[in-house]
Amino acid sequence: MDFNDSLEEAAFRAEARTWLAAHAPAHELPVGAKMPDTEEADRGRAWMRELYAGGWSGLTFPKALGGRGLSGIEAVIFAEEEGKYHLPKGPFTSIGTGMALPVIAKHGNDEQRARFIEATLKGDITWCQLFSEPAAGSDLAGLRTKAVRADDGSGDWIVNGQKVWSSWAHLTDWGILVVRTDPTVPKHKGLTFFVVDMKTLGIETRPIRQISGASEFNETFLTDVRIPDANRLGAEGEGWACCMTVLMSERLGSGAHRSGIEPLLDFAAATPDGHGGTMLDDRSIRQQFAEALAEEQGERFFQARLRTMVSKGENPGALAGMVKLAYASRYQKTNGLALELRGLAGIAPEAGDTATGNVQYDYIYSTVMRIAGGADEVLRNQIAERVLGMPGEVRMDKDVPFEKLKG
Amino acid sequence: MNFDLSDEQKMLGEQARALLADMTPFDRLRTLIDSGAEWDEPLWRALADMGFLGAAIPEEHGGLGLGALDLGVIMEALGSANAAVPFMSSIVLGAEAIRLAGSEAQRAAWLPKLASGEAIATFAYAEGPGPVFATGVALEGGKLNGSKSPVADAGIADIAVVLVGGGGFALVELDQPGVKRTKLDSFDQLRPHYRIDFDGAAAEAMPGVGKLDRLIDQAAVQAAFEAVGGAEACLHMARDYAMERQIFGRPLGGFQAIKHKLADVAVATELARSNAYYGGWAAESSPDDLPAAAAAARLSGIKCLEMAARENLQVHGGIGYTFEANCHFYYRRERMLAVHLGNRGFWADRLLNAQPGSQVKAA
Ligand SMILES: Cc1cc2nc3c(=O)[nH]c(=O)nc-3n(C[C@H](O)[C@H](O)[C@H](O)COP(=O)(O)OP(=O)(O)OC[C@H]3O[C@@H](n4cnc5c(N)ncnc54)[C@H](O)[C@@H]3O)c2cc1C
Repeated sequence: MDFNDSLEEAAFRAEARTWLAAHAPAHELPVGAKMPDTEEADRGRAWMRELYAGGWSGLTFPKALGGRGLSGIEAVIFAEEEGKYHLPKGPFTSIGTGMALPVIAKHGNDEQRARFIEATLKGDITWCQLFSEPAAGSDLAGLRTKAVRADDGSGDWIVNGQKVWSSWAHLTDWGILVVRTDPTVPKHKGLTFFVVDMKTLGIETRPIRQISGASEFNETFLTDVRIPDANRLGAEGEGWACCMTVLMSERLGSGAHRSGIEPLLDFAAATPDGHGGTMLDDRSIRQQFAEALAEEQGERFFQARLRTMVSKGENPGALAGMVKLAYASRYQKTNGLALELRGLAGIAPEAGDTATGNVQYDYIYSTVMRIAGGADEVLRNQIAERVLGMPGEVRMDKDVPFEKLKG
Repeated sequence: MNFDLSDEQKMLGEQARALLADMTPFDRLRTLIDSGAEWDEPLWRALADMGFLGAAIPEEHGGLGLGALDLGVIMEALGSANAAVPFMSSIVLGAEAIRLAGSEAQRAAWLPKLASGEAIATFAYAEGPGPVFATGVALEGGKLNGSKSPVADAGIADIAVVLVGGGGFALVELDQPGVKRTKLDSFDQLRPHYRIDFDGAAAEAMPGVGKLDRLIDQAAVQAAFEAVGGAEACLHMARDYAMERQIFGRPLGGFQAIKHKLADVAVATELARSNAYYGGWAAESSPDDLPAAAAAARLSGIKCLEMAARENLQVHGGIGYTFEANCHFYYRRERMLAVHLGNRGFWADRLLNAQPGSQVKAA
């Protein structure tokens, strides 16, 4: 066991660090400043271009497709070093490289790989994910947006339906889309997967106002949207396999959220307790933060074990969901606790108290972590079933043709 | 980075688990309790024969000279079997205290005997309610006076390393007129505790002072491995029972209330295991990181075993409350492990005190 880098890893890390020191600061986002989405998107693109020019984009993708053909561990090292800067990564880039490219690489044909992979790594194309629907979130295979072949013999598909919670759909160039093409078979079997140009006629995105006040996600309406068959990924009716690839990539990508406790310790230490000390002198507070800190460390080292598995060619499967399940609740709990420490000033801080503002934002944001990318309950099912081998959920819809389902 | 046990360490763990599965089935634990036994002596001999007792004792003193992670996989197996042996007392604490703080003569006299299992040691630190590591016992002119209580495994121990006034250690042979041992009513029936009264007992000072922190940090890492072993055993016991038990026309384990509970136990156990690995690695390779690593491992070990022991009994329902079912062994052991070497509050303080940045330290 060695927690340190091997010699080769250390050399790679040093190389990454040097390059980042020279290039990343100019792209950093100002701390705490809110900027228009479009500006953030432009900055995201610019950072992608910089990465590509420096040879740091798509580290694990084959060289022939514009990547560097390296192993997973190098990608992790680079992500760790890159994570030290406050860069405009976000979904602009992560849905593209983290979800769209893996599914194109695995299920696409040569032409599609050539068309999309390098262009995405270069920052020329950004992506959104058009999966969730009003009645299909955790139960993704329950989706109703449908596609039928055009009756003009072109082979094109005509799509109608509605997607929801599509992050950044109003700003991105392309979407990965899953739709129903055969309602006469059980729900997982009649799905087909596409990539879709977001500028196609008939696609309309409407921003949704979020509890944070921002509008990063949308309702996306698809009305008679024409998609050429060349934009289909994988075979007709095989869309579920593509979705699984996307969700697996997403889960492995969502690493342990490291931040959280240390700033909160400082926050508690900067809050007077009214008896001449600080809130961090309180035994009960100390204990709650210490336990959260121990959990955070456990998440980080568990992630290190998963990376070791990946670097040995093993697939962590449902183990990958454990870290997200743990940190999302921890993050919510500790930010809630921190707000409480400040008493009334925590819910109504004086102007300029950015520390409290950050804690408030994180407390709100923590709710997303428990829902998006696999909700807590869904992750628990997966851990129980796939890690512990317990029985699957009772299903009323398993062998029933989709069109015969109620609801 | 290679954050996994080596193949040799995995093999060592398998050997230990196989031996324990063979020698200490749950019926054996019931027999030990019914007979009022202090420990499982044949198991101790077998552990000695396999070389496990000397695993982390230096080669020049009759051990194998292995490291904290090797010891950890053995501890995990012992925790998993809920074994009734004084491994923590004699090896993790006693022998290690002598190695860290003993004189050359003390090491030469005792380590080989501890490695072979010929002698048993314990570490006497508590003095009733109050500070965990108490220093009310006095060593003066080679005589020890005062009381330690409770002390694990003191009924079978030949020697005790005693935490004394000034924070140093004294080495005392327990079979002598100045030592009175009184058995206490121990919650974990398979880990008897004693009160020891020293009345002018002959004792030797140990020259190493300031070694307490290192000793208990290392022991905390081993306690975390023990807890992880116990938690995983509870998790599997609960899972297996839930799969077998038919209820409302289907396996109990098909209900989410049960699945989700066990998923949470599984997560807590894996996080604790990860912290234990890091603690073991730090103890061997990065001593500066040990204080924070040990405290985190200890806290998450307490947490996962508590969840696992309680929910295991709960999943079993009424049968879980019987002596015939096996849940109670872990349920009692868990409370013992939760407080030995300092409880949650003690380790929470140590974890925050080990954080960089002085502002988080206690006033
Ligand atoms: C900020 C944000 C960004 C998002 N971005 C995107 C995006 O870009 N593209 C996209 O396609 N989607 C996106 N999503 C959608 C996200 O994937 C879904 O919200 C998520 O899958 C949950 O689905 P749902 O909201 O329909 O909730 P539901 O599935 O209705 O779940 C509601 C509650 O029921 C629980 N539940 C569900 N099934 C079970 C079960 N079997 N047993 C017990 N409990 C259960 C859930 O855990 C949850 O607590 C985003 C969501 C958020 C919040």
